[in-house]
Amino acid sequence: MSEATTAYVKVDSIGIRHRARRAVAVIGNPNSGKSTLFNRLTGLRQTTGNYPGVTVEKHSGIAQLQHSALELVDLPGIYCLGGFSTDEQIAVDVILGRIEGTHRPDGLLFVLDATHLYQGLYLLQQLMEMRIPVVIAMTMTDVATSSGIDISIEVLQRHLGGMPVVPVIAKTGRGLDNLKEALERFDEAEIPADPESWPELSQTADELAAAAGGTIPRIDVIQALLHPESETLDNVRLALGPERLSEARDRLFGAEPPQACEARHRYTWVRGVLRESQRQAPLLDRFGAKALRWFNRPWPATLMFFAVMALVFQAVFSWAAPLMEGIDAAATGLSGWIGSHLPEGALSSFITDGVIAGVGSVLVFLPQILILFLFIIILEDSGFLARAAFLMDRVMRGVGLSGQSVIPMLSSFACAVPAIMATRVIPNRRDRIATILAAPFMTCSARLPVYALLIAAFVPEQDVGWFNLQGLVLLGLYLLGILGGLITAFLLKRSALRGPKPHFALALPEFRWPNPQTVSIKLLDRARVFLRRAGTVIFAVAVLVWALAFFPRSESVQQESFVAKAQAEETLQGEALAEALQRIENEAAAEQLSQSLLGRAGQFVEPVFRPLGWDWRVSAAVIAGFPAREVVVAVMGTIYAVGAEAEEASLAGKLRSATWPDGRTVFTLPMVLGLLIFYAWCLQCAATIAVIRRETNSWRWPIFAWTYMTVLGYSGAFLVYQLGSLV
Amino acid sequence: MTLKELKPGQSARIESVDARQPGVVRLMVLGLIEGVEVQYQNSAIGGDPMELSVFGTAISVRKQQADCFKVAPLLSNV
Repeated sequence: MSEATTAYVKVDSIGIRHRARRAVAVIGNPNSGKSTLFNRLTGLRQTTGNYPGVTVEKHSGIAQLQHSALELVDLPGIYCLGGFSTDEQIAVDVILGRIEGTHRPDGLLFVLDATHLYQGLYLLQQLMEMRIPVVIAMTMTDVATSSGIDISIEVLQRHLGGMPVVPVIAKTGRGLDNLKEALERFDEAEIPADPESWPELSQTADELAAAAGGTIPRIDVIQALLHPESETLDNVRLALGPERLSEARDRLFGAEPPQACEARHRYTWVRGVLRESQRQAPLLDRFGAKALRWFNRPWPATLMFFAVMALVFQAVFSWAAPLMEGIDAAATGLSGWIGSHLPEGALSSFITDGVIAGVGSVLVFLPQILILFLFIIILEDSGFLARAAFLMDRVMRGVGLSGQSVIPMLSSFACAVPAIMATRVIPNRRDRIATILAAPFMTCSARLPVYALLIAAFVPEQDVGWFNLQGLVLLGLYLLGILGGLITAFLLKRSALRGPKPHFALALPEFRWPNPQTVSIKLLDRARVFLRRAGTVIFAVAVLVWALAFFPRSESVQQESFVAKAQAEETLQGEALAEALQRIENEAAAEQLSQSLLGRAGQFVEPVFRPLGWDWRVSAAVIAGFPAREVVVAVMGTIYAVGAEAEEASLAGKLRSATWPDGRTVFTLPMVLGLLIFYAWCLQCAATIAVIRRETNSWRWPIFAWTYMTVLGYSGAFLVYQLGSLV
Repeated sequence: MTLKELKPGQSARIESVDARQPGVVRLMVLGLIEGVEVQYQNSAIGGDPMELSVFGTAISVRKQQADCFKVAPLLSNV
């Protein structure tokens, strides 16, 4: 998403003092403060790219230490190396250097949440068996202290075979210097011995690895023992023979699932360690905790969830208004100034009608999009989205999915691309694909400009009870998207993706105030992505559309309007004359536009969209929007700036006054509603198609999604327009 | 008695787990194993899924899986 982050690398701060930079992978449980710590250590020196040859995103950054620099590679937050989900598979593959073209990391930075040692120490045991150096950063020590948890680091360290354990408070940066020092010397650290939790497993692994004659890494043997179904470990099966493995499994696990045995052994050990190293004082029921528990009761929590979502949508619409008006006024002012300083003609039209009207009309939505992203990022960071998953599990069960699909779907309100990547936590492939195909239905920030434009133009600004009518219509469109997504998931789970009902096991993070640095880094990243798109793709499309709409200029039209003007000047005077001149000019502009290349192409496809009530201009704009839907607004901005409605200052006004050649209004209520439905359901986003291809690893699903959503959008618009026009 | 029958606020110790039922292993990986004390905190509307706390971590469990955990309730402030 954010390869542009490299633009922020300060060359002098990368630390060129060391030639070969060592790489350390950062790993820990979800919500352990891992990304806050990662941001603390790397600052803005981060990049997101792809691992060569594979479809996994690599998020890494440079940590400048006292004498050297380290490459830190951020891994997804996980609870175990179980291979349940794609995220877990990624973590294992990166740590073991199984991804082609990359090196195994030289060490691990394990982020251990002091308030959740129980689950943290479980994952840590599995990592200790990887036999690479580990430095442990213990986060949330301040929260632990304030909730009465007293941890003895020395005792803990003794149980962990002397691995360095450094307490840090990522929020304030306390302990960060100690951590950097430990990282500086991490390769001096001894490779941890296996934890004492399961000597039989360690012993069996040693024996089998020896039997394979050193051709198989010991960790692969352990993984093969614990995951009989894993395909990546066929080499172990080949080297040892399946009988030998299954015999060892019988001895170790009996008739139980291997991972159940693993959990029993490892957690028994964890509890022993905790008994000695952690003293939990009785929790004082502080006011905050009590209030939160009250709010987490079924009905208050569910009502809160809907209230928060409603607030977000209201805020997106009303808070952004003054900023948007400001940007709009600046664009109009600039355009007017240029228009009055340049001679009339192609150049002036190019700058005002092409560049400013096109790019400006998209840029106007930057405030709305940023406010939306701000909310989603805060909801995600505070743990709210996980709560929503919990509350909505029942609903999702109804369509054959689980609460785990809720998080990607909610973050899809911002953008489907990261949301689709967030489906990696879903263990079952079928459920994951169903979620991936439902996510693009959620109203993303790029649909917002189209909705906002049409709503502002055609829905009266009035209050209905506590709410604003425009806000309510917007809410309705969001619901329409949700409905489309849920029905899609339901149908898929009944047909192509039929499978066992998914389970739902999720650790719920407690409410946490979001970290300003994390939030601002993410928000800045989104702003940059948006501006880059406005500056490249949207700019290019706007210019292209302007050229297609401006050329060729018809001499005869020019001539006719000249004659007509001269006639008017002879016969009329004063206001009547001005009006007539304006009318003649408008008619000429409309005539020029319909004779332009764009006009001819639009008229060519118009029959396809005629049943939806779209004239050729709307049709052309919609087609131009297939690579990126927000382009539509830019295209409309340009088309209507060139055409007869040019004298209306705002694009909304231009749309309102657009007519068919016979004088009927184009944007009637049924047509506008149909257009909105088309936008709610259509997959007009090349980036989403690309990410579906990447995440499902086939062309089948993106092609299916595109066709299905386009047909659905067209049919919806058709029905609404046709039925609406009957009334 | 199984986890499913706990009342909000009630604590219990897990006595045995039927690991062979679908979806149970994943909960064991999150720490729900024999000998551990859990407390029923809250639920979604309709009582399903349940929110249980284990060593200070809240874990969401569906009733179907909760039924696979045999528990002994602890006498405490209900």
